[in-house]
Amino acid sequence: MPDPLARLANAAGKLTRIGLQISGRGGTALPGLVALTIDPGFIAALASDLAHGVVLVSGTNGKTTTTRMLSDVVRATGWAPTHNRSGSNLERGIAGALLTESTWRGEPTGDIGLFEVDEASLPLVLARISPRVVLVTNLFRDQMDRYFEIDQLARRIGDAIAKLDPRVTLVLNADDPIVAWLGQRHTGPVVYFGVDDPTVGGRVPQVISDATRCPRCKQPLRYERVVLAHEGDWSCPSCGLARPDRDVAATRVALTPVSSEIQLRTAVASAFDPVRVPIAGLYNAYNALAALAVARALDIALPTAALAIANFRPAFGRLEQVAVDGRDMRLILVKNPAGFNAAIGALLETGRRPRLLAALNDRDADGRDVSWIWDADFETLAPAVEHAVVTGIRSRDLANRLKYAGVARERIEVVDVWGSAIDRAIGTAPVGGEVVVLATYTAMQALRAELARRGHVAPFWED
Amino acid sequence: MDLRIAHLYPDLMSIYGDRGNVLALAQRARWRDIAVEVRAFTAGESFDADWPDLWFFGGGQDQGQDIVGADLAGPNGDALKASLANGAAALTVCGGYQLLGHEYRPENAPAIPGLGVLDVRTRAGAVRFVGNLVAETSDGMLVGFENHSGRTYLGPNAKPLGTVIVGNGNNSEDKTEGAVQGKIVGTYSHGSCLPKNPWLADRLLGWALERRHGPQQLVPLDDREEKAASEQAVEVARARP
Repeated sequence: MPDPLARLANAAGKLTRIGLQISGRGGTALPGLVALTIDPGFIAALASDLAHGVVLVSGTNGKTTTTRMLSDVVRATGWAPTHNRSGSNLERGIAGALLTESTWRGEPTGDIGLFEVDEASLPLVLARISPRVVLVTNLFRDQMDRYFEIDQLARRIGDAIAKLDPRVTLVLNADDPIVAWLGQRHTGPVVYFGVDDPTVGGRVPQVISDATRCPRCKQPLRYERVVLAHEGDWSCPSCGLARPDRDVAATRVALTPVSSEIQLRTAVASAFDPVRVPIAGLYNAYNALAALAVARALDIALPTAALAIANFRPAFGRLEQVAVDGRDMRLILVKNPAGFNAAIGALLETGRRPRLLAALNDRDADGRDVSWIWDADFETLAPAVEHAVVTGIRSRDLANRLKYAGVARERIEVVDVWGSAIDRAIGTAPVGGEVVVLATYTAMQALRAELARRGHVAPFWED
Repeated sequence: MDLRIAHLYPDLMSIYGDRGNVLALAQRARWRDIAVEVRAFTAGESFDADWPDLWFFGGGQDQGQDIVGADLAGPNGDALKASLANGAAALTVCGGYQLLGHEYRPENAPAIPGLGVLDVRTRAGAVRFVGNLVAETSDGMLVGFENHSGRTYLGPNAKPLGTVIVGNGNNSEDKTEGAVQGKIVGTYSHGSCLPKNPWLADRLLGWALERRHGPQQLVPLDDREEKAASEQAVEVARARP
């Protein structure tokens, strides 16, 4: 049982949460913040009672989807996860999950913690708790007014990893040079995953140049194959650093408009049937691969994990599908150039001519600097755009971006009110047609709240 | 007519959407039926000083800035200097702006010399300036987003690009933002800068075309999207600096 201070923090957090529920406000960070204010060691105190330990999932893109996949995987093996849902991935979100899923005496009701951790918070969280497994999916530019520079961030994460207990297992993306390099800082076991299918990806690194230089000697990297952005089969001609051997590899990735299938090879054996990933896009195949690598680190049987992933359903704004007035709305959360490029890659793989509802906000959770839209590859999207309704606090920046990418003025429409923007986007699509929603975090929340008000989706915090 | 744009160190010095500046210059030339070629000039190559009409030099991460500083200390720095002396124009943002000045003085280390073609000096500051940036200029508003810890001070040969209305600009003390010296422009405005500040894009295009094609009267473009983006950004900046 946790010490008295942690129990007090837990009770105070729970009371705060009940108070907020009575006043009709769900999904806030306040209960976790209250618990952490009373006891900064609150997370460690409760997490140490989780029988199967704690898995931390971090990285720029794919955290939420991968953590949710893992939640299904551990459930399939009979464990009960405590999981910070709804993308509340700062320290207070983790505290909030723990206090929600514990008794009044501070005993966790679950037996494994699955915590999605904001990459900027990872060094702090690693210093506070001792996890069993740490997964880093990828490191891209994201909201840089908050995180500043990617090598600085990688260095801080590396320094935190160097202090980890050697019993911790790291799970790292071998295809991402910055992430793979983190493995060198760890004294314990590392499980690497990657895409080995030679038919997946092109030859040239995509426009985002976060990692075209060697993380060790800073000379230009050579890519035999680029899968997504700077992820691929990389090596450094100058110092010889190269992509580490994959312990869990996808030897074949077959994409369809709504799903993918990955053929798996592990260090032990080539696996059985292909794993079916029921959400579209190469980046979701990567998320599944990451979840399977963590399953391996947790000694969960691969057939169990694969079955759980085949039955997976996506989360808030991650290719969620909503029927509105006979049209199909596909909600895609975009928050940085790499995520945007992966999302539109998935969209265009199927030869669509999308009708867009694109929404750009610049609040803290979106990133206050909207410059990132100029690093995103709108030029690839532009020729396919049938029509675009543009909205959000920075709608005019987004409309201007579409103009410079080559979308004709007649195809771009700025609509300021969320509800009107939804109506207008639906109005441009025929019955049975599709509207693709690309929105930043708080813009997606606002659009989704409007859809919830109209009864099309469940409110966000019940997700 | 044709235009040659050199994107300096795009693999090392292009963050916070700085690439948008090159996209804006190229599109605004193409919309006027001017053919555009963009080439990357990066560390380890040998720069052809005669080729570019216009250089774009963006901001970088620390790692990038170290490599670039070393490269510019060699023959590539001389080539860039010669090109600018022979009439090429330049837009430099943040780190690129600092590197074209006389020096950058870190907190507890000796000063790192810059190219010295802009009469500005930069020293490290304790607090990073992160936020919306609006400055008033003789040609209209300059609006963007700043993200820098360097404090830049202008010498007599550099003129400020504008006067700060929202944000910090060069150093947060003298209300100046950016610098102009001949055909070289320096600014702390990301955003990207040029797509929302088309007057500056056109000023640079005119200077760049002049080098090989003589003085040009640019055909005006319909900039209603650019103006709307600028107005919205100024409004947001005033409400949330």
